[in-house]
Amino acid sequence: MREEKRISLKHYGLIDPDQIEDYLEHGGYQSLQKALSQPPAAIVQAVKDAGLRGRGGAGFKAGIKWGFTLQTPAEQKYIICNADEGEPGTFKDRLIMEGDPHLVLEGMAIAGYAVGASKGYIYCRGEYPYIVKRLKRAIEQAREKGLLGTNRFESNFSFDVEVRMGAGAYICGEETALIESLEGKRGEPRSKPPFPGVAGLWGKPTVVNNVETLAAVPWIIEHGATAYQQIGASRYPGTKIFTLTGDVARKGFCEVPTDVTLRELVYDFGGGVAGGKKLQAVQVGGTSGAFLPESLLDTPADLDSMAAVGGTLGSGAVLVVDETRDLVDLAVTIASFFKHESCGKCTPCREGTFQLHRLLEKISRGQGSRQDLETLERLMWIMTQASFCGLGHTAPTPILTMLQYFPDPFNNRVNSQAG
Amino acid sequence: MVNLTIDNISVSVPSGSTILQAAQAVGLKIPTLCYHPDQTVKANCRVCLVEVEGARGLQAACSQTVVEGMVVRTSTPLVFKARKAVVELILARHPQDCLNCVRNGCCELQDLAQELGIREIPYAREIKGMPQDKSTPSLVLDPDKCILCRRCLTVCQEVQTVNALGLRARGYQTSVGPAFYQQLNESTCVMCGQCTQVCPTGALAEREEIDKLLDALADPSKIVVTQMAPAVRVALAEEVGLPTGELDMLTLVGGLRRLGFHRVFHTNFTADLTIMEEGHELLERLNNGGTLPMLTSCSPGWINFIETFYPDLLDNLSTCKSPQQMFGALVKTYWAQKAGVDPAQIYSVSIMPCTAKKYEAARPEMQDSGYQDVDLVLTTREIGKLFRMAGIDLKQVPPSEFDPWMGAYTGAGVIFGATGGVMEAALRTVYEVVTGNELANLDFTVCRGMTGIKEAEVDLAGTQVKVAIAHGLGNARQLMERIRAGEADYHFVEIMACPGGCIGGGGQPRQTDNAQRAIRIEAIYQEDVALALRKSHENPEVKQLYTEFLGQPLGDKSHQLLHTHYQAKSKKLK
Repeated sequence: MREEKRISLKHYGLIDPDQIEDYLEHGGYQSLQKALSQPPAAIVQAVKDAGLRGRGGAGFKAGIKWGFTLQTPAEQKYIICNADEGEPGTFKDRLIMEGDPHLVLEGMAIAGYAVGASKGYIYCRGEYPYIVKRLKRAIEQAREKGLLGTNRFESNFSFDVEVRMGAGAYICGEETALIESLEGKRGEPRSKPPFPGVAGLWGKPTVVNNVETLAAVPWIIEHGATAYQQIGASRYPGTKIFTLTGDVARKGFCEVPTDVTLRELVYDFGGGVAGGKKLQAVQVGGTSGAFLPESLLDTPADLDSMAAVGGTLGSGAVLVVDETRDLVDLAVTIASFFKHESCGKCTPCREGTFQLHRLLEKISRGQGSRQDLETLERLMWIMTQASFCGLGHTAPTPILTMLQYFPDPFNNRVNSQAG
Repeated sequence: MVNLTIDNISVSVPSGSTILQAAQAVGLKIPTLCYHPDQTVKANCRVCLVEVEGARGLQAACSQTVVEGMVVRTSTPLVFKARKAVVELILARHPQDCLNCVRNGCCELQDLAQELGIREIPYAREIKGMPQDKSTPSLVLDPDKCILCRRCLTVCQEVQTVNALGLRARGYQTSVGPAFYQQLNESTCVMCGQCTQVCPTGALAEREEIDKLLDALADPSKIVVTQMAPAVRVALAEEVGLPTGELDMLTLVGGLRRLGFHRVFHTNFTADLTIMEEGHELLERLNNGGTLPMLTSCSPGWINFIETFYPDLLDNLSTCKSPQQMFGALVKTYWAQKAGVDPAQIYSVSIMPCTAKKYEAARPEMQDSGYQDVDLVLTTREIGKLFRMAGIDLKQVPPSEFDPWMGAYTGAGVIFGATGGVMEAALRTVYEVVTGNELANLDFTVCRGMTGIKEAEVDLAGTQVKVAIAHGLGNARQLMERIRAGEADYHFVEIMACPGGCIGGGGQPRQTDNAQRAIRIEAIYQEDVALALRKSHENPEVKQLYTEFLGQPLGDKSHQLLHTHYQAKSKKLK
């Protein structure tokens, strides 16, 4: 039986998140102090050596990101903590921030020191107002203790953090759309390059990391890159928080090394399918994740293994779907979500998500034809090929994998239609 | 330089170039919709898709920069399939009423569908069903026809800094228009019509009023007179299949007579008159401690802009009406008297490069003749349509002279059509009035060209006069901010709402981009230099007007007919 290993959630439930003293007693801010005794480039190198990859979904190497920003000369640089956590079925960032807000602040401060940024922003999901309060309280306490602010630790190091609230748009989890939103503009992705690491917030070099990514940084500084690199899957090392939802016996979360398999997640941690029913599918990674059949449950949940079966690790959301669920119906719900959340900037995503929903609705009503399934494929092809950003690229993934692994419900539905 | 191959053709382009630019350099056309040569790259329509070896998915040629050794393919079955798939998605939610659309035959979406050979749309058609906005006399916004390319947003927000147009809602519900779904006449819209120049479809267009002219021409009780702005002739050539500037003026007069106009005059006449009035107003302000800098007042988009954004600086605005409105006030007074006709019978039509002129003509300030001074404004595009409708080929029309008393003009009036022209014309006259000497060189080339803000210092008999010229409202805004902050010590400032001045106006033939603006400006100065008279105060009919009717510049009659005052945020036509 797999066991948890808690790095980002190391203090979850063990300390009072509203008391900085509690955090300090548990060794809080010592990683920051340790980092400050080393040259910034060494910190960036440690994050590179640790192999830490983004926990938000795309899995970009954090050390490379930091390196871009470190190498770009600028008077002002920024650290942004992406806490927009809008992925349905995902609540890992919430757990970290509500249980251990100072861990996030410490990770941000270390990142700030490493790349030369004096200012950080936490872009927090608008639906988490109580967490915004908690974060603000934590920032206040850290300032009072002289941990955040100007010339801290009797050094030249200055780093301060502000919290900003999102307004509910899914797209603002995309880092450039998040930056646009933070600048007070409509939340829409920017053309890349330039990447935020070089020209981000207000055009300045900016590191954007997910909450979970930043929360791993103090541990890496404390225990060393090698220790982290040796945990989990070699190409996606460390731990990952998974959130288990849907028809699973024990809904909840766990933080485990990244070589955990889907079967272990569903059965060891989730207790299997609820109500003794049979498993139909597992969707991994959030709403844009792949629907995988029982036969693939032994696939490790790391990023590359997921990609190999046509899916993503995404945010680490694991949705269990039992045998009684209608996948076509689920497809309509998913398409409706993307239709609603497309920002509207590019044609393939704006119009594609609209037509995707319409076609699936038509099929689910039993009014679809074989021709509609062909149109659906053509539509999803252009969305993945031509969309401006990841939202449009991946919105078809759940439907594509449903059609790949579970074609029968769709075929049956269109076959019921004469012609 | 970066070397790459596109469709097996070796290309070498400066680093930082896009695939689109590299393809253009070797004569390959990649279809586009949201791309505009004068605008920042948006990359949102996803029509310009190409294959790039080794890249994930297809790339947008407009935004993808070239790299050494890149291998690009622009004409593969995959590329065609993808472009079609994108345009199909647009067409699925676009009205299919092309035959009765204002852009029928000159629509970029129509062209694209034709070029790609789109024959069927695999999706059920569903149109947004949003109402048209006809709240202004100048423009029609039809959100259903909008393909969300956002060129209008760039022009309204970045070029003109008016921000009347924005995006409402998101995703499939996104639409372009004023915030909070207000009407254009409730917004900051100045009706410059630059959005209609960049819109690829029929979503933004001038308010067409050709039928009103046809009704007037058919009414035997009306005397239909017309004036045309200096920028019309050069660009109208493009509408009637001639090279820019190569439509002969007197042939155009002949054409307008064939359309049925009873009298044909020229706004150039009142452009010269404007110089007389405005030049003297400047001298009066200079000599008597008036509010400086004095700002020109010819451009109605600019008037709307200052009323909306800088009402505190309205005292700086010249009290002169625009040439169009001076003409309107005079044709129903001076000309009516001389011709012995009842001004009530006169139907005054102006042909303008401008959509804001429609609004200006309808202003309540513009009734000093005792009637609405100008009854109808048609844009260059509309008059082009009218010639086609009437089957008049301007290449085969015999020339005709202007009607007397309000048709004579000088080169100074002509150059009103280009940015810097009003300033140059004013300097030609003011210099001679002040110094009493004849100007050796009439060409104030410092006033000319597409530079956004131009500055000059002119010696007027020992007095240094500092002038500035801005065209495009973004540039105007920069100047106005400096004036408001007291950081500008200009005496006289020319402002034109549209980039390039009137030759780049919102009512000019499509497509008016900066390259085309430069060509039209060239044509304007060619016309100026070819004229015997190039100074406004030498216009014989203007002299006659002062002798017989007005008395002197800034005299009582002038004040009554030719000058006015504007008000803060005057949106009276709601």
